[in-house]
Order: sequence, then C-alpha cells, then structure tokens
Amino acid sequence: MSTNTSRRRFMQGLGAITATGIVGVGVPSLAFGASKKVVVVGGGTAGATAARYVKMADPSIDVTIIEANKDYFTCYLSNEVLSGDRTLDSLKHGYSAIEKEGIKVVFDYVTGIDAKAKKITTKGGASFDYDRCIVAPGISFKWDTIEGYDEKVAETIPHAWKAGTQTTTLRKQLTDMKDGGTVIIAPPPNPFRCPPGPPERVSQICLYLKKEKPKSKVIYVDSKKKFSKYGLFVQGWEKFYGFKSDNSMIEHIKEDGVTKVDAGGMSVTTASGKTIKGDVINIIPAQSGGKIGIDAGLANDKGWCPIDLGTFESTLHKNVHVIGDASVAKGMPKSGYAANSQAKVCASAVVAMLAGKEPGTPSYVNTCYSIIAKDWGISVAAVYRLAEDRSKIMKVAGGLTPMDASDEAHKREAANAISWLNNITGDVFGGG
Amino acid sequence: MKLFSRGAILKTGLVSSLAIVLSLTTAYAADEKKKPAVMTGASTSMIGDTCAGCHGMKGVSAGPSIPSLAGMSSAYLVETMEGYKSGDIPSTIMGRLAKGYTSDEFAQMGEYFSKLTFAAAAQESDSAKAEEGAKLHEKYCEKCHSESGTVAEDDAGMLKGQWKEYLAAQLMDYQNKDRKAPKKMKKKLKKLHKKHGPAGIEALIEYYSSK
Repeated sequence: MSTNTSRRRFMQGLGAITATGIVGVGVPSLAFGASKKVVVVGGGTAGATAARYVKMADPSIDVTIIEANKDYFTCYLSNEVLSGDRTLDSLKHGYSAIEKEGIKVVFDYVTGIDAKAKKITTKGGASFDYDRCIVAPGISFKWDTIEGYDEKVAETIPHAWKAGTQTTTLRKQLTDMKDGGTVIIAPPPNPFRCPPGPPERVSQICLYLKKEKPKSKVIYVDSKKKFSKYGLFVQGWEKFYGFKSDNSMIEHIKEDGVTKVDAGGMSVTTASGKTIKGDVINIIPAQSGGKIGIDAGLANDKGWCPIDLGTFESTLHKNVHVIGDASVAKGMPKSGYAANSQAKVCASAVVAMLAGKEPGTPSYVNTCYSIIAKDWGISVAAVYRLAEDRSKIMKVAGGLTPMDASDEAHKREAANAISWLNNITGDVFGGG
Repeated sequence: MKLFSRGAILKTGLVSSLAIVLSLTTAYAADEKKKPAVMTGASTSMIGDTCAGCHGMKGVSAGPSIPSLAGMSSAYLVETMEGYKSGDIPSTIMGRLAKGYTSDEFAQMGEYFSKLTFAAAAQESDSAKAEEGAKLHEKYCEKCHSESGTVAEDDAGMLKGQWKEYLAAQLMDYQNKDRKAPKKMKKKLKKLHKKHGPAGIEALIEYYSSK
C-alpha cells in the first residue's frame, strides 16, 4: 500500500544513494563549482516545456535546447487551417521568449548522443556536454509501409502530419479542387501522433467543402475498424455532414487500409484490392519515434523509446530521458497536452535527480479537443497516476463529452479548444 | 456533496493540509481490486502545474472561455473543485477531471493558485455599459465580492479582470439554475434580473471586463 517499497526499489535500481545518504545533498549545485547542465534535444511541445520547467524549478541549472527549426508550428489546431478557419501563421512559435528566461537555444540538428561520455554532437559540428539530457524528437514516418509512397511523393500527396509547408500544400490542393471532387484521407495504423486527428481532419475538410464545394466528398480509408472518440464523431458527422444518409459527404471504408499509392494516376489501392481515384489525396503514414531518438539507440525494435514511466529516463541509456510522442508512455495517448504534462513530470524528476534527491510522485493530465463544425467541439480528458509497480500510467478519472451534451455545451467545448490553444502554447513557448 | 459554508471549508482546509500524507495512501482504494495501486503524495507544484496547460502558466489564462486562477481564494477554489467533482456545479470537462483528485489535492491546488499573482485579462469593454454595470455591482454584488470582486479573502469568485466569456457562461448557468447560487446570491440575482433584465447582466459583465 505504501509507496515506500517501490520507491526504495526504484532508487536501488538506479544504483543511487540510499535514503540515509540523501541528507545534505540537496544543496544547490553551485556549491560544487560548475552548474549542472541539462541539454534538451528538440524544441517542440514536450522539449520546450521541459526546458522551461527545469529552469523555473532551479535557475542555477544550465539549460540548452537544440532544435533544428527556428519556427515551430503546432500540429494541434492545424486541421483548422485546412477548413480555412485559421492561418498557419497563427500556429507559429519562436524561441525568443524562452531565450529571455536564460535558456540557451541552438538551431542545429543532433546527430549523436553518446550516453557513456554524456556528450551530444550536431550536424553543425558542435558538441555539448550534459549531466542529464532530455530527448523530445517527436515522430518520424515509416516510408516503406505503403507501396509508391515516400518522402518525395509526400511533396505532392501530403501527409500534413507535421504542421508547416505540408499543411499549406494540402490546404492549397483543397482550394484548387473543383466542386464535386473526391478527397481521400488515409489514417495510419496504431500507434500514432494525435489519435483523434484524422477524424477531426475529415470534419474540418467537410466544413470547408460544405460551404464552398458542396458536391464534393471525403473518403476515409482506414485499416482499423474504429477510431478515437468514435461515437461522438459519428454523431457529429450525422448532424452536420449527412453521414449514413443518401447525401453523406463522408464515406468510411473500414478494415481496408491503403497499401499502394499511384501518384501519377492519383489513386490508392486498398488491402482488399479496391482502387479509388481521388482529386486530393492525404496519406498519413505509419509512424515511429523521431529519427534522432532511433539514431541515438533510444528506441525499441518498433522505433519507440522505452522509459521509466515516473522519470521518463530511458531504460536503454542512463541520464537520458525521452518525452512526448516518441516515448512509450504506457497508458497515455500521443497528444500535445500529454507531451506537455510528461515534460513537467520529467523536468521535476531531472531537477531532483541532479540534486541527488529522490524524484517525487508524478501526476499527469491530458485534455484533447476536436472541432467537428462551427461551435461544435468534443473532448476527451483524463487524470493519470503512476502505478506503484511503475508498470503503467493509469487513468484515475476522466472521459469523453457525454453523447447527450447540449448544443451550448458543444459550443463551450469549441471555445475551450481555442482558449486551450492560447494557454498551452503560452505554457510551452512563453511570451503570452 | 452540497456546497459547504465558508467556515467549514476553511476548517477542512486546515485539517486536510495536516492530513495529506495520512489520507492520500487510501485515496484510490476503489481501484485496487481491478488495477494495481497508484503512487500517491504528489507535491503541490506537481499537482498545480498540471492545470497550466488549460488555465495558463502560473494561473493566468490567455483564453477567453477559461478563467484565470491566479490569486484566487484557496477556500473558494476547493469549494468549486468539490462542486465540480460532485456534479453540483455543471461543467464541460471540469467534472471529468475533478474526479481524479482528492480533497487534499484540491487544498494543494488552492495553496498553489492563491499564492500566484492575478493579472487582469486583456479584453475590450463597452464603457457606457460598464458605467451602468459599476452601479449594479455596487448595489447587488459588492457586499460579498468586495472591491469589485478582487479580494481573495472574500472567499468568493474573482470578478473584475476575469474573462467576460467565462463570466457570461457562469451567469447563464446561474440564471438557468444549472448552477446553484448561494442563498444570498440567488436572492440578489433574482432582484437584479427582475429589475434590469438581461441588459443588467450584460452591463455587469462589461463592468468586470473594463479597465
């Protein structure tokens, strides 16, 4: 019942000091001379949050973020760019506010993490020493899983699953499309970033088509039977897009995913051998953890990074933590809020461990909104705690928008989605 | 669980902060049969930090439909969270989330947010309506929400500087009796509505969102 046993076991597992040895170690690291160094690899939602919360908890720690891009575009809410309800620029974030907080931001690409030497090397030829490293590499795509689809083809048949030019490309194809056109959306197999993202994308594209090109339709071609928030999406699609009626804007093909893409002929072929022509095709490929994590030897054979669920320290390399979509955070979805929440748990653990203290008890949260139509939002929310045996991050409360929620409740959820965007990006990137 | 009186809340707060360590270990006893037990005893900052994704870093919200929590009364925050948890206060997601925390953790949230500094939301306001609203506030609300609802010690909702979209939604819920108002507030709201109608409520909101 008490958490003491498992904590003790955990500390022993790390080969760390015993409880009696902790006394007197909690003095600021400055007392030992050089300040402790934390290097964060990847300045997305997870990485930027972790950097800020480490610095906030202990300003004496030297914190550096190494990030490849000067501008970051959030994936969350980027489906609204496809409907035209939002500009891509509204999702753009820089790092100047973070730099003002005393965090160093280096724009470079990490090519190696030497966990033994505690050293990071970059494409630009720089190297960085660390006491603890936090890796937040996001996702990468498994290009070899669909015949005829690769990084090059993705320039014309976009995935738009990392926001930025990919999003703009897909938006332009939708605005260029004739009325009466067909849009094919092919979601990836599990696990992948943002589980409710693909059906939300169907909704946001329908929102645009209903207004501008009402004779058009969307075909959702999925290898799976169901998807996240299934009942709520179906309910919304029925209400707004005639789903299941003779005039449905949406056709849902289940358990028959895309296996082949013909970029020249603009068609896809499914597992059962069906060939479907599309005017706009959006393939969201199968995913793994980000390449940086895989290259650093932090990933399992499926390409995701196993971790201790309480500290996010890699189970493969000591002093390296992995957070966000790339991590195997058993029990939590791969969402922006989950990444933000994991980053705080990880930051707290990193600060404690650097001070030679036992990491505290974690608490995690996730809230994820989807906007189906104007003033019609739905959500899933949960509070999580760590199982005492550290085997799983367990949901202790939460759930979906009720199926009988009022119109007013849906309107408030849609408003909350936008307010949430403002607040989470403030929490991640600062600046207000 | 019904809303507490303020005295009871304050006492609960004191007792609970002493009892956190003792009671947290049994907080999720219900889960034990099916699932492994979960670790308890998260620190105040660990609990409070989880709220920031929606309510803004350090409790200052930049989203019009989500209230700022910084600087609010600890007792009032606990009372509100208990209301969400029991379902007495209607909500979209707060009821779902509140069930994930114990009363002692609500007290930790109260401690966390009451120590932060409130910052007024940056929003537009209709000055003519706000002027009318100022008078209505003085007459109907100031007694419990003193200094325009900016004093945490009142253990009541913070009003001036709060997001108008959020305030409007709450007042709509009170008006529709979805959210139960305390006895005195119920009386005052009824009077206000009888005499000034929806325009009175609107004026109040414009006042709270004025500079």
